[in-house]
Amino acid sequence: MIESLGLTKRFGGRTVVDDVSFHCEPGTVTGFLGPNGAGKTTTLRMICGFSDPDAGTATVLGGAYRALPNPGRRVGVLLDASAQHAGRRGREALRISAETMGVSPERIGQMLELVDLDSAAAKRRVAAYSLGMRQRLGIANALLGDPEVLILDEPANGLDPEGMRWMRGLLRDFADRGGTVLLSSHLLGEVEAVADQLVIIGGGKIVAQGSREELMAKAGTVVRATDSEALERALTYAALKPRSDGGGGFVVDAEPKAVGAAALAGGIVLTHLAAAQDAGLEQLFFDLTSGAQTDEKTEVEQ
Amino acid sequence: MSTAVTADARPGRDRRPSLARLTRVELRKMVDTRSGFWLLLAVAALMLLVVVVVQIAGNDHDRILREVLSATVQTGAVLLPVVGVLLVTAEWGQRTALVSFALVPDRLRVIVAKVLAGLSLALVAFGVALLLAAISVAVAPSGADDVWSLPLSLLGQDVLYAVLAMLMGLAFGAAFLSSAPAIVLYFGLPIAISALGAISAISGTMDWLDTGAFAPLTEEIVGGKDWGQVLTAALLWIALPLAIGAWRIRRNEVK
Repeated sequence: MIESLGLTKRFGGRTVVDDVSFHCEPGTVTGFLGPNGAGKTTTLRMICGFSDPDAGTATVLGGAYRALPNPGRRVGVLLDASAQHAGRRGREALRISAETMGVSPERIGQMLELVDLDSAAAKRRVAAYSLGMRQRLGIANALLGDPEVLILDEPANGLDPEGMRWMRGLLRDFADRGGTVLLSSHLLGEVEAVADQLVIIGGGKIVAQGSREELMAKAGTVVRATDSEALERALTYAALKPRSDGGGGFVVDAEPKAVGAAALAGGIVLTHLAAAQDAGLEQLFFDLTSGAQTDEKTEVEQ
Repeated sequence: MSTAVTADARPGRDRRPSLARLTRVELRKMVDTRSGFWLLLAVAALMLLVVVVVQIAGNDHDRILREVLSATVQTGAVLLPVVGVLLVTAEWGQRTALVSFALVPDRLRVIVAKVLAGLSLALVAFGVALLLAAISVAVAPSGADDVWSLPLSLLGQDVLYAVLAMLMGLAFGAAFLSSAPAIVLYFGLPIAISALGAISAISGTMDWLDTGAFAPLTEEIVGGKDWGQVLTAALLWIALPLAIGAWRIRRNEVK
């Protein structure tokens, strides 16, 4: 269980995280989405007690992360897969964590197996690891303490498509057994298949949050007709503000029912009428975050 | 799935890791990396080399236990502190602090564990120095009649010398949080400061401030004024950088 209440962080007068509030329930996977530089990492660092918020609070399992007596046994954290000693062997890196937490050494082997790092890979020094292998080692490290909560920053970075599918299965399974998962990503495709809830951040602010279905409803409706021009007139007449989808059809910020009614009023034959689905969600993600990012860019330029 | 193996009973999940446990972990960190391993091997090899050189080139008076021990301890104390420097700076340079502080959010406890681990390693290194010195004296006994004489107070001073060197390494690592400047200044700054001792007007004062104050510890049983100088030098070269380091580590953002 994770709760972020009005988290705010400023660096040198610039607000990089601005009043961010969301919560993650046990049994669910929450995808924390936003372009690079949107404030995802800073937010996760505040939740894990690495950074003091300028305003707001974050709690994990009902209290501050830093107040947990043995945090590794309750919360699995992966903030940066590259943050491992290059001269240390993979297995030894896990050994250090296991000893700190007081976890039996047997679990090291089990976790290495779980993340698919074989004994040859585990014996190699981290310097020789690819980013994908570091992610796997990092996930093994996060799971080592058998935690109830997982907080992962960009865990899919560097994983191949097969690895990504494997990770989705692992996180789904973790949540299905009652765990709470919060993972960040800058790519919608990485998380939407596994996340029960999406929190979208842009320019430090939450721009949308809710279940995939809820967000998809906001993504609008795609509509096509035999006569595109007549359709556009009918939609405009109904004050629905059609946007071209680039293929002769339109995307409308409204329920399919309202769009259908507008078409009927205009006596138009529809060939396609549906909620925007994936493409719409992607467009929404882009629309929501690109505006915010433009603001950020101008701020930087100033 | 294996994550469920211990799901029923999870003893210790709300037990704070003890300082003894954290110290063991820090000791492990000193020896389990490529750099740490080779450094320690180099320390042992250098001590062995010095023993051999003393036995070959030394006269009867050099080849008694307390003199050989003085040589091995001083040699060990040259490189050993670098292990201490790296124990602290690697957390920043290699960014393992992101893992360490996620598991132990109270950073002061990590610092204390590192100091305790440094002390333990200094004691182990001293043990190796003593063993090497004793073996060499036993294998090739000197003609002097005080071959095995080693006053307890001198033994204690040898231990203290090794410990002070290690603590200074840890303190420099903590103050700079970056290997290169910490190591360069660890070796360079004392030389630069002791050069000031050549200025006669302040040379008396410098005796209290430069690390040369530690040098007599392995050579003779020191008296009251020497102890005073050891104390003031330790305050300047160990306590001060360690305090700065503790403050920086607690408030620095881990990038």
